[in-house]
Amino acid sequence: MPASESYPDELLYHSEHDWARIDGDEATLGVTWFAQDSLGELVHYEAPDVGSTVSKDASYGEVESVKAVSDLISPLSGEVLEVNQKVVDAPETVNEDPYGDGWLIRIRMSSVGERDQLLSAAEYRQVLESA
Amino acid sequence: MSYLSVTDADRDAMLAAIGVSTVDELFQDIPGGMRYREELAVKPALPEAELQRHFEELAAKNVVDEVCFLGAGIYDHHVPAVVDAVLQRGELLTAYTPYQPEMSQGVLQAIFEYQTAICELTGMDVSNASGYDGTTVAADACFVAKHATGRAKVVVTEATNPQVRQVVKTYAPGFGLDVVEVPHEGGATDPDRIREAAEGAAAVIFQQPNFFGVLEAAPELAAAANDAGAMPVAHVDLVSLGVLEAPGAYGCAMAIGEGQSAGNAMSYGGPHYGFLAARSDYMRRLPGRIVGETVDAAGERGYVLTLQTREQHIRREKATSNITTNQTLLALAGLVHLSLLGPQGLRELGETCLVLAHHAKAELQKAGLELAFPKEATFKEFAVRTGRNAREALAEARKKGVYAGYPLGRDYAGLDDALLVAVTEKRTVEEIAQLVEALS
Amino acid sequence: MKLIYEKSQAGRRGLGVPRPPGGLEVPEVPAKLRRKEPPRLPELAEPEVLRHFTQLSTRNFGIDTGFYPLGSCTMKYNPRINERLVGLPGFAQLHPLVEDEAAQGALELEWELEQILLAVTGLDAVSLQPAAGSQGELTGLMLFHAYFADRGEDEQRTNVVIPDTAHGTNPASVTMAGYKLTPVRTDARGNIDVDDLRTKVDEHTAGLMLTNPSTLGLFDENIEEIERIFHGAGALMYYDGANLNAVCGISRPGDMGFDVVHINLHKTFSQPHGGGGPGGGPIAVRDILEPFLPVPIVARDGSTFRLDYDRPKSIGKVRAFSGPFGVFVRSYAFMRSYGPGLKEMSEVAVLNANYMLARLKGTYDLPYERLCMHEFVLSARSLKREHGVSALDVAKRLMDYGFHPPTIYFPLVVPEALMIEPTESEAKETLDAFCDALLAIAREAADEPDTVHSAPHSRPVKRLDEVRAAKDVVVKYRFEDHPQQVGAQKSA
Repeated sequence: MPASESYPDELLYHSEHDWARIDGDEATLGVTWFAQDSLGELVHYEAPDVGSTVSKDASYGEVESVKAVSDLISPLSGEVLEVNQKVVDAPETVNEDPYGDGWLIRIRMSSVGERDQLLSAAEYRQVLESA
Repeated sequence: MSYLSVTDADRDAMLAAIGVSTVDELFQDIPGGMRYREELAVKPALPEAELQRHFEELAAKNVVDEVCFLGAGIYDHHVPAVVDAVLQRGELLTAYTPYQPEMSQGVLQAIFEYQTAICELTGMDVSNASGYDGTTVAADACFVAKHATGRAKVVVTEATNPQVRQVVKTYAPGFGLDVVEVPHEGGATDPDRIREAAEGAAAVIFQQPNFFGVLEAAPELAAAANDAGAMPVAHVDLVSLGVLEAPGAYGCAMAIGEGQSAGNAMSYGGPHYGFLAARSDYMRRLPGRIVGETVDAAGERGYVLTLQTREQHIRREKATSNITTNQTLLALAGLVHLSLLGPQGLRELGETCLVLAHHAKAELQKAGLELAFPKEATFKEFAVRTGRNAREALAEARKKGVYAGYPLGRDYAGLDDALLVAVTEKRTVEEIAQLVEALS
Repeated sequence: MKLIYEKSQAGRRGLGVPRPPGGLEVPEVPAKLRRKEPPRLPELAEPEVLRHFTQLSTRNFGIDTGFYPLGSCTMKYNPRINERLVGLPGFAQLHPLVEDEAAQGALELEWELEQILLAVTGLDAVSLQPAAGSQGELTGLMLFHAYFADRGEDEQRTNVVIPDTAHGTNPASVTMAGYKLTPVRTDARGNIDVDDLRTKVDEHTAGLMLTNPSTLGLFDENIEEIERIFHGAGALMYYDGANLNAVCGISRPGDMGFDVVHINLHKTFSQPHGGGGPGGGPIAVRDILEPFLPVPIVARDGSTFRLDYDRPKSIGKVRAFSGPFGVFVRSYAFMRSYGPGLKEMSEVAVLNANYMLARLKGTYDLPYERLCMHEFVLSARSLKREHGVSALDVAKRLMDYGFHPPTIYFPLVVPEALMIEPTESEAKETLDAFCDALLAIAREAADEPDTVHSAPHSRPVKRLDEVRAAKDVVVKYRFEDHPQQVGAQKSA
């Protein structure tokens, strides 16, 4: 059952349709409702390796539907602590719960200040409206 | 023109509907300087009867009535009549890629059955729907290996078909790969040489039986590649796989080859098909179409193109290949032939080739000729020394109606006197006697 | 229907194989190289094999079945005489490695085919070797490398420019050739955006890849300026011949300024597409690129022909032998059937497309208000917005009217795209019937959208679940799920 559209206020956003939930120097990353809706039902998640580094604005993996592929753009830099195995096994989890069970990776941030460059939920909604 | 339906009345009505007065106006976007105003330099149109005569005249200029012991990658195997009958079914012959599965269950199921047959024969988990030929699938395998391992060189044995090696070398620079060739020793490849060369390699490509018809110590070659973390890729002949072990059973990562032997006439080199199969680890890196099973809205089994996100029409510059049009019709011919043979027929076909080739080898030796690689076991092909320039020997044999083989000096230094002789199930003991007589 | 593996019964066979006479020695295959488990190929007698594939054919749709306006694929009639000719023993039984003297007819045919390709393209030399259009593209880009390497500019020229309307094969070929992609936008009339282009072409540009007419079915009105920009920068121009069926005898790529062209023999010059292939992708080049062509090339010495391998600057080989010969036989036959009338072929293809466009543009959205060439792109955007009926729904519903759908969702620059290519083969009545169907479906979208959403209703299967196929991947028959079948096989 696909989720209905939402952009929770407690998250920070990247204009490439990714979100971050920050807790101290750790962050959980995923894709927004808009991203999963544009792609359609996900069938594959190409995840990074635990221990690898991700860089802000660069791709750390891919998600695929039947007819589309999308790079996963990291909103923050850091080291991958955990990959959501549930999404690897059942990629449609992202469609069902993009901000909860459908998270993609957890990282330890290497540059905590980067969070200041991310968008609030209201700013991200503006990005969507102006597109 | 008999292929066109349009009449003058049609043309007038259509131009009126479009709102222009002449056909020429339809081309108004083409700048005047780029319009071609002369008549195309093509000879006048031929009605069907004259067309047939012209082609019969051309065909008659080719020599196809000599007894064929020529192989070297393309073989004179029998093509069953049922293959022709199936390929002339217009619904299969004149369809394109099954983008719309509801219109294309016939082709989709046939490809699924073909993929199954290739996996069974090679011992692999996944096969694509076909590549262009036995050379380009080797380049495809290099691309897969490069991206799977991140390494920057590939190893190819020198006893692999020279055209396969040439194509790999032509593609490799674009892939950012260096190509290292490992020489043969007495017609076969030494696993220790592979072990050295495979260090840091993405893949090791070898042929089984190799270009000389020799049976390589394939399990040892594959093990040597695996030990170095390189992907072993076996280039194999479908006709041999009722008798010889499947590459998947001795540790290969991929199996590739030229499919002509199954179901296709020699046809001066094409169109044929290349097959390409791999372990499931590499499924998402394979080039080309792959058909998968699914269900329809009513829950009935059906087939669709799957894993399409690998392909150029979706992944564009990051695709696993640029291939679009493939060789499905020729692969279908292969499937029909293999389905007619069944496991027992395939084994018998291999055995007949093996026995007849062995007989030819023995008879040539009895007549005083030497084998180029006397110590090595062979399958349906072997190299014999003619005692003089092999092209001269070939020319002499042809005068006696025997096309005796392939002069190995074309590709290998030191083998100027050697002919590569292929013996298929179509050859008879009498024809082998003719060969011996022609080369003696 | 059952898979052929599910019809198998141990002990049956469909083909006898010659057995060597008794008394011949049976050589020993070393045990470690011998097959242990027999392959589970099907076991059926000949009549059942033929029936199986005949049954499969009834579940398929080809040009012989009906109208197949699959945009950019040029699904034209495949003359049956060509099949007879390709089967002539003098062609079918010719081994590709015979001495040239034994293949004079084949070589003459290849040479004559080359002459026609030169006439159509307006260029100087041909290689017949590439196996399909995409391989022609890759070969062309390899020629770019070789040409610039010869001039000492290969390291400097790293980029290839491609418009956003291009087939996916173009960017994929660029990567395989080791180039970097420089995309360029399309302007409001469907041409390359020349202002965008000017900012992207410089001393690092190796060249352009362009389909003209484009995948929108539009001839680029700025082609002269584009030519000046690329050649002015010392770069080369590649013509993707996918849409050559629009301009045969009407405009030549060589005259448009292109340096390399591939010709899809299976499109413009009628090759049965065989459910996906074979094709043929010869390339024609300007004289400056001739030394780099793949080996061998066909050479003529007076009245005899030979394959020339002695070409020191050649890029090498891109496939085996001189090319897919059977494809050459069919295409050469097609060309000789038309003669200089190949021009009329293109004229009728363009006439047919414009007629359909005229009939449909009031009902479906037309993104670029222009005359088209041999194909055109409509959009189902309004149908989707107003009635929730997508291009996919329209395509599936067309099947119920007895037509193969057009290409959909391509090119990517047009939302809800329907890309329609009638070819010259179709009678006006067929074009009308197809237009009537599309107009009827637009009415159905308003009146009974569920009928359209749930289409097709008349095919052997309903809409197929592609998500399931991609998630639970099954790409071969699972013998292990059918143990009784495995048992039957093993007792063989």
